[in-house]
Amino acid sequence: MSESIKKFMFVNTKAPYGTVYALESLEVVLISAAFDQSVSLVFCDDGVFQIANNQNTEASGMKNFSPAYKALGDYDINKIYVETESLEERGLTLDNIMALTYEDEDDDWAEKPSIIPATRAELADLMDEQDVVISS
Amino acid sequence: MAMLHTVNKSPFERNSLHSCLSKSKEGSTILLIEDAVVGALKGTIVADKLTAAIANKNVCVLASDLNTRGFTGADIIDGIKTVDYAGFVDLVAEHSNVQSWL
Repeated sequence: MSESIKKFMFVNTKAPYGTVYALESLEVVLISAAFDQSVSLVFCDDGVFQIANNQNTEASGMKNFSPAYKALGDYDINKIYVETESLEERGLTLDNIMALTYEDEDDDWAEKPSIIPATRAELADLMDEQDVVISS
Repeated sequence: MAMLHTVNKSPFERNSLHSCLSKSKEGSTILLIEDAVVGALKGTIVADKLTAAIANKNVCVLASDLNTRGFTGADIIDGIKTVDYAGFVDLVAEHSNVQSWL
């Protein structure tokens, strides 16, 4: 069935917690992983805040769903693009972003970074290559 | 008595904070809550606007919403105060009126 594998890209553009877009997108991504498709993620605009380090919901009483992003590697989702311009505009660097990783089965299960910084121009090219692009 | 303005949308996505800053009077208080708290971070493209506002307005950010998004008082512009839920209630009580910028 390899001919039916499509390239899916999920583009996350919204800040977490204020609206439900981030959580809903994460759920769709995890479901899509069960269908053996080629899946990549993009975090751009306010979406970069979804994978910010040190999220602490103790005082607000909301559900902190950020640890779930760490499971993406176990679902063979290891192309996670973060837009560099979006970080800069928000006073952030890659140090503010969770160091998501995956284990490479073709390289003796070595742990490798999933986060790939990408410019707007590079993301435009990547989006152009996809079969399906789902934005939220 | 002065007005309390609350803003709950990210300034990188919506115009709410910019509208609030342009229509709030000197001496009023602006409280950033929910997705608006990221506007208080240092080094952003809206930092200059907020730094200018601090000169004659009281700018605050709700600490619990800031912590939820992975940041603390150390990450925000000097001169912006953090308040907890009790501080939010105090602000509402201290001001004559509340305007919500959505």
